[in-house]
Amino acid sequence: MDVNDATTVTEQKPSLPLLRTEELLLNLGPQHPSTHGVLKVVLTLEGEKIIKSDPVLGYLHRGVEKIAESITYNQFIPYTDRLDYVCAMYNNFAYVRAIEKLLAIAVPERSEYLRTIVAEVQRIIGHLFWLGTQALDIGAMTVFFYTFRERETLLDIFDELCGARLTTSWYRVGGVERDFTSKIIDDLYKFVADFPSKIEEYDTLLVNNRIWIARTKGIAVISGEDAVRFALSGSTLRGSGVDYDLRKISPYGAYDKVKWTVPIGKHGDTYDRYWVRMMELHESNKIIKQCLDQLPQGEYKAYVPQVVAPPKERVFTDMESMIYQFKLYSQGFNAPPGDIYCGTEAHKGELGFYIVSQGGSKPYRLKIRAPSFIHMGAFDHMAKGYMIADVITIFGTYDIVMGECDR
Amino acid sequence: MNIPSGMEEGGNHPVAQKIRERFSSGYLGATLFRGDLSIHLKKEDLFEVGRFLRDDPSLDFDYPVHVTSVDYMGEPERFEVVYEFFSIRKKHQVRLKARVSEDDCTVDSLTPLWEGLNYMEREVYDMMGIKFNHHPDLRRILLPDEYDEGYPLRKNFPIEGRGWRDTFEFLESS
Repeated sequence: MDVNDATTVTEQKPSLPLLRTEELLLNLGPQHPSTHGVLKVVLTLEGEKIIKSDPVLGYLHRGVEKIAESITYNQFIPYTDRLDYVCAMYNNFAYVRAIEKLLAIAVPERSEYLRTIVAEVQRIIGHLFWLGTQALDIGAMTVFFYTFRERETLLDIFDELCGARLTTSWYRVGGVERDFTSKIIDDLYKFVADFPSKIEEYDTLLVNNRIWIARTKGIAVISGEDAVRFALSGSTLRGSGVDYDLRKISPYGAYDKVKWTVPIGKHGDTYDRYWVRMMELHESNKIIKQCLDQLPQGEYKAYVPQVVAPPKERVFTDMESMIYQFKLYSQGFNAPPGDIYCGTEAHKGELGFYIVSQGGSKPYRLKIRAPSFIHMGAFDHMAKGYMIADVITIFGTYDIVMGECDR
Repeated sequence: MNIPSGMEEGGNHPVAQKIRERFSSGYLGATLFRGDLSIHLKKEDLFEVGRFLRDDPSLDFDYPVHVTSVDYMGEPERFEVVYEFFSIRKKHQVRLKARVSEDDCTVDSLTPLWEGLNYMEREVYDMMGIKFNHHPDLRRILLPDEYDEGYPLRKNFPIEGRGWRDTFEFLESS
């Protein structure tokens, strides 16, 4: 090629056909291991950059709200286990709290402590599950084995407590199903003493891990104002610097009787949400320890015979208790007409139940405010402009569970 | 408006008073039940009340909690759309309720005010068939786009489902 040829080529350049840059449509999921269940997202891409994303929900829709209208209030408790199947205890808690608000019944003090301890144990399990899978999605596989080691210990405690590991149904309207045994208290004390050193172990794997930081810092940023507008809740909202925690705003259980703080992030990126959740592990540990120390003596169930099943010993010896038990399990209890909303700070966010009662033993309408579903509403906003690999990080940072999202 | 038994009149609540002063024609009443304030409105005023709740500095409702609809089958205005808001700074709550009739099953969307309501309103449309005017993207969300057996949370929708499902043998034999 001589010099003259080269000049002719440069002259021709403007008229050469341009590189084709059309947008690409990509279906991610529903059968993708990192989508945390059956979630499909239709991504519009420009190269590797996300222009628009449209989550397609409903692959796990079971019509739980419709089913609730045809069964009694107590019969719905096992259904709540299957909403967020990673954290069944907290779903039970949120549901029975809503019913207690509707019926206006109080719960004995010991029961409040037991509920708080188990709820915080469930929060630790949820956060460990989240940490393991989030790190696994990003490529740090070891963390998964470490977190699931502690999760097993806690699930064994649940096994001892109610005979089930995942679908627990331990909470009851007016109290809990059974009291702690001394073995559970010993196991919990042992766990609480060990756990801070375990969190340090997770930190050694992640805090200085360059890949982890590169994949989380400055990814999926959402400002505090936007996060509130999109109705995000839980750690996802607090990572953006908004101080919104229902355990502080409208305390329930024993949360107002123990000392703990709400960790707040600053930048609203994936790293800050990770940091908030790691701090919450420490706080939950503190709450459990203080509750165990303060655990009062007393009943673990309220004595409201028409609503709460009487203790088994009394059913066998006392005529009235037997009648109440029979009526409760054959007909359920009647709720007064009215409508209430009761939100509870589950580990994923604000899990709320809106219940419309027209009297009778079945809800007229039961609506579940599922944080996973509402978080998916902000997905497009948070994924826009990032790379396709970051989509996986965003699924993880919401900590979504499709059972709750699709209901 | 008749206050149902067991509920308290909520007109003296400061939030209810503000709305009644500003929207005297659209305000139909307020109730208090277990500490929850509910305000009944005409559906035409829902959007403006929403804007007022968000922008008035003394109300400052910044957080949309949930959107729900309830089917009161047999009543002249069959559906009720329920919006619940919370103020993170002022720490108070309000629930707005507007009745919608079956013939004119539409209500103004509040998504232009709070973007987070987008998915929640889509769910109400999907499950109960209430159309939201000016909604940016009103499609079914949990059910497939081509689903045409109706709206499952309506009271006249059978719990076992419609279409091929109600030809199961065990349903016919019972």
